Amino acid sequence: MRSERGAAPKAPWPLRIMAWSGIAFLHVPLVLVAIYAFNTEEAAFSFPPQGFTLRWFAAAAARDDVIAAIALSVKVALVATGGALLLGTLAALAMARRAFFGKDLITLAFILPIALPGIITGIALHSVFRLGAVTPGFWTIAVGHTTFCVVVVYNNVVARLRRLPPSMIEAAMDLGASGLTAFRTVVMPQLATALLAGSILAFGLSFDELIVTTFTAGHDQTLPIWLLNQLGRPRAVPVTNVVALMVMLITALPIVGAWWLTRGTEDTSGSSR
Amino acid sequence: MTESGGAPAMGRRLHRRRAGDAVSTFFYRRRRLYLWLLLAPPLLWFGVVFAGALFALVWQSTYTFNDFAMQVTPDLTLANYRALFAEANLDIVIRTVVMAASVTIASALIGFPIAYYMARYTRGAARGLFYVGVMLPMWASYIVKAYAWTMILSKGGIIYWVVDRIGLRGALDGLLTLPYVGGSSLSTSNLGRFLVFTYAWLPFMILPMNAAIERVPANLLQASADLGARPWQTFRTVLLPLAFPGVVAGSIFTFSLTLGDYIIPQLVGPPGLYIGTMVNLQQGSVGNLPMAAAFTAVPILIISIYLGIARRLGAFDAL
Repeated sequence: MRSERGAAPKAPWPLRIMAWSGIAFLHVPLVLVAIYAFNTEEAAFSFPPQGFTLRWFAAAAARDDVIAAIALSVKVALVATGGALLLGTLAALAMARRAFFGKDLITLAFILPIALPGIITGIALHSVFRLGAVTPGFWTIAVGHTTFCVVVVYNNVVARLRRLPPSMIEAAMDLGASGLTAFRTVVMPQLATALLAGSILAFGLSFDELIVTTFTAGHDQTLPIWLLNQLGRPRAVPVTNVVALMVMLITALPIVGAWWLTRGTEDTSGSSR
Repeated sequence: MTESGGAPAMGRRLHRRRAGDAVSTFFYRRRRLYLWLLLAPPLLWFGVVFAGALFALVWQSTYTFNDFAMQVTPDLTLANYRALFAEANLDIVIRTVVMAASVTIASALIGFPIAYYMARYTRGAARGLFYVGVMLPMWASYIVKAYAWTMILSKGGIIYWVVDRIGLRGALDGLLTLPYVGGSSLSTSNLGRFLVFTYAWLPFMILPMNAAIERVPANLLQASADLGARPWQTFRTVLLPLAFPGVVAGSIFTFSLTLGDYIIPQLVGPPGLYIGTMVNLQQGSVGNLPMAAAFTAVPILIISIYLGIARRLGAFDAL
């Protein structure tokens, strides 16, 4: 076991080159988005960029449609996160330690909305809303997002609960705590970061979701839908670049933070969408 | 419990606490009731919203679409499923599956060295850096990544610029004249679409592979070396077979994500429908929701078969 703890062995150089260039490949598009947001050019994607400017940020902030799309995306993400927190935590509390008939089926039901291709989840929700004559809008988007966000909260909370030794709760109760007090003073503090990580992931997932949303949104535009519509309009390129940068930062940075929070705890924070 | 407040306030608080305790004790003694009370809201939600949605999908796939009136009538029929076997639709399925398979193989080839290096040759801060280096592109907005690639592949974009600089423009143009791969420019070629798909799903391949490689005990590799195996032999006969379920687990993501995508095929690559774009077209501009619903049976069937194979190969233990 000494080699596990000691310094890492030195990799052969072809492997090192392949690994680092793979990581570089993953970041080139992200870096380019960041660079183009400051580009002075108005109508094309020519490389290298023509000059440096900050004015597109002001231009984007002055656009009502951008602001409306951001507001809608944030509202949807907040509602979906709240719903997922409630449903995911309840399910995790019930299912963390007990085996019962149908448990696998329930787990499958949680995973399916995100494991099925988005187009299937999307069109299924679309068809049930249509069958029920529900007008698409804010609430249909939020209901869809809640459905696929439950699993990330559930995964985080259930992993944390399983690592919490039952002896700790028993000890609390042996010392005279009621079930409620034991939950409040022993379980809750342990769950806090898992809940936080779960909600950040759910928020990021919802904020960024495009495919399911296109089927449940009707005429409303979330930020990703706004971006998608923008791709067909070469005239508005600079504002699109700025918004793209913002969306990327809002989605990715908190999620890296969530991973940091649950690092080394075998939680499956970001390993499956 | 005797901090602030007079006796009456304390009495009230004690009383409230006793009520809470009584409730929690009640449920502690009736675990089954407690369990079902906890489970009721999530079960109701998934039963009504999600199972309801899937049921509505299957139900409406048997409705009739009138080609002349362009309207859907609730007359039940299996015609939509029969139509799946039309030659044009089989072309769509083959086109999508070939792309999904190519993307999966490429992701495994590009991703394995990254996952292997991460798992075997990094510790502490360097490993953290690699994790963030994979997670950041994975979670950076999907539509932004697709958008970035339309900029990268465009004429005047960075690839054409680099290729011009190093004098390989002729080679690129030659590559684009090849059948299947080519097109009039990178952004309208299958090569371009393949690049975007591979980029988009690569992190989903790296993470399960990395987890599987991490689980291979280091002493097995040492034993192999002690017994005289060259590094390549150890890799091929010890590490790869043990890590292979991780590759299969990753391939589930790359394969099914490509199979169901309908945004990237719209933005990059030649015309010609994919499963996703077909479903979207039927549902959207044609207004034939029954046909769109029936078409979703295709990816579900293919993915089920794929999952069956993956299970045989031990992929679920690696997830």
